[in-house]
Amino acid sequence: MNMDNVVLSISQLTVAVEGKEILHDVNMEIRRGETHALFGPNGSGKSTLLMAIMGFPKYRIIKGNIAFKGKDITNSPLDERARLGIGMSFQRPPVVRGVKTRDIVAACLKGRGSEVIVGQLAGKANLTDFLDREINYGFSGGEVKRSEIMQLLAQNPELSLLDEPESGVDLINIALMGQLINKLLEKSHRIRDRRHAGLIITHTGHILDYVNARTGYVMIEGRIIGEGNPREILATIKEKGYKKCIKCAK
Amino acid sequence: MTYKDKAKAAISKPAVLGEDIDLSGYVSSAEERPYQGDPSKLPAKAKEDMLGVGISLDGTNQRSGTYIQMDNTAIHSSVSQAGVEVMAIDQALEKYSWLSDYWWRAVAVDTDKYTANIELNQNGGYFIRALPGCKTIYPVQSCLYLKKARLAQNVHNIIIAEEDSELHIITGCTIASSEEAGLHLGVSEFYLKRGAKITFTMIHSWNPEVAVRPRTGIIVGEDAVFLSNYVIMKPVHSLQTNPVARCVGNNAVVRFNNILVAPPGSNMDLGSRVFLKSRDTKTEIISRAITTGGNIINRGYIEGDAPNVKGHLECRGLILKGRGVIHAIPELRGNLVGIDLSHEAAVGKIAEEEIEYLMARGLTRTEATATIVRGFLRVDIDGLPPVLSAELQRAVEASEKEIM
Repeated sequence: MNMDNVVLSISQLTVAVEGKEILHDVNMEIRRGETHALFGPNGSGKSTLLMAIMGFPKYRIIKGNIAFKGKDITNSPLDERARLGIGMSFQRPPVVRGVKTRDIVAACLKGRGSEVIVGQLAGKANLTDFLDREINYGFSGGEVKRSEIMQLLAQNPELSLLDEPESGVDLINIALMGQLINKLLEKSHRIRDRRHAGLIITHTGHILDYVNARTGYVMIEGRIIGEGNPREILATIKEKGYKKCIKCAK
Repeated sequence: MTYKDKAKAAISKPAVLGEDIDLSGYVSSAEERPYQGDPSKLPAKAKEDMLGVGISLDGTNQRSGTYIQMDNTAIHSSVSQAGVEVMAIDQALEKYSWLSDYWWRAVAVDTDKYTANIELNQNGGYFIRALPGCKTIYPVQSCLYLKKARLAQNVHNIIIAEEDSELHIITGCTIASSEEAGLHLGVSEFYLKRGAKITFTMIHSWNPEVAVRPRTGIIVGEDAVFLSNYVIMKPVHSLQTNPVARCVGNNAVVRFNNILVAPPGSNMDLGSRVFLKSRDTKTEIISRAITTGGNIINRGYIEGDAPNVKGHLECRGLILKGRGVIHAIPELRGNLVGIDLSHEAAVGKIAEEEIEYLMARGLTRTEATATIVRGFLRVDIDGLPPVLSAELQRAVEASEKEIM
């Protein structure tokens, strides 16, 4: 196996939040160009996994390790991981009063762009009118999600962690979300030419109608209990619920 | 009773709010300063101090008028737009006998010992007026500069916007010394006639030994708009001010925006009071306060007693570091069915989740905090000419390093 192609490697990861173990012995490997999907019932630990990979201090790694492009980042701080090339689209990002959307997009560009680029990104995400609004303040669910992806497009991370990118997005805009995520994940390139990878949490699977994923995982009670073709997994979940997944895992 | 009599009767009357200042500790006379026909020729230090409070003296082509008072002397006054008047208040009183009708009408001479002292020992102040229909192309700038140690500067200012005029003013008040004591007492009376608009941006920069007691009254006529921006981000020993605006004409609008930063040793008691006394009048009072060790009392009062009035008060405070206090005191009073008054007040720290959100975009903790503080202090001010917006932004950015 060519380790140069491995963007994310998680080994026996156990994570606690406020003293309570949430994730147990999680293993995962994502290569360049790949998109993986993560399914599971509410409260199963999916968001916790993304937050732990991103490096939020509240999510304490008590066992195992995380490597990004071969570098152990288990103890790396949040901002360092972002600068190394990990980015996250939040399920419910905070409102930051006084800070405008354009300020954050400019910060994500980190000197690599200009007001023109900020304007272009906003145009692509259909958020031009939101640039001078306070970030996330009064945004609808769909607007929040488009804003998150727009920020990631500015940040241009090699690993994108997308927490339910389609929740709250209406049917008209979900296609736009799909386009934006495909751009983020370089889907227009051949897989061997891609540098970017993604891990997407989805409940409904709707986003997978627009963004192809290679591997799906099922997480139940903080453990990955199954791995396979994401469409087959989704179909099983829709038809038979998560209990079938647990049964198969056993 | 004459104003002088009332003042004498009130000379020992303490102010309702703020630390009591012993006026005997200050001198009220200062040497006469030479007139400066070309203010760009003032000494570099003075110009730099004045620039720090928004007063631009090199190339004043973006100003419609300029007034500079150094201690008790009006060292410069000029105007470059027809329809605008800028002069020393004494000159205006000589020129216009009707000005006495405006004298002490918006502020009571016997409010407290400070107003009384201004009447009895007045030394300077400015008169700014926009004639009917005149709209300033660029702001008028006025500067009150304290140079002499321990001087009590007692100024009385009158600003009149005649019918359908538009007057934009930037006022900077500052002191030459970074450590000598001084006292700045000022009465400012604003009169907005029907359909007039005034934007008044005031930037204060003092030192830890200075006491400041502005007394401001605003009378807003029908369809008139008064927009006030006040910025103080440098240390001051004691500042207490509580401007009062009265909306006496239908559809009058008043907005106060205050940006306050209190470094260690500073004590600020700042408020705004608005009386909505005519139908369909509106007001908004927005304050942003940060302490890095100093104390801030942030007051706001809105009273509505006319049909269909609307008012909103917002005080937000950040305790960034040190053991300073922010005390927000919003007050609303209504006595009529159909009025709409509201307030929001919050005092606290920067939410950790906001900092982490920005850090997840690659900013360091310091960069994330600075971004949030910058955003916190940015009060979006509608209706401000670009030149004034830029001055405001510059004043805030200039102090950012010290805040962090």
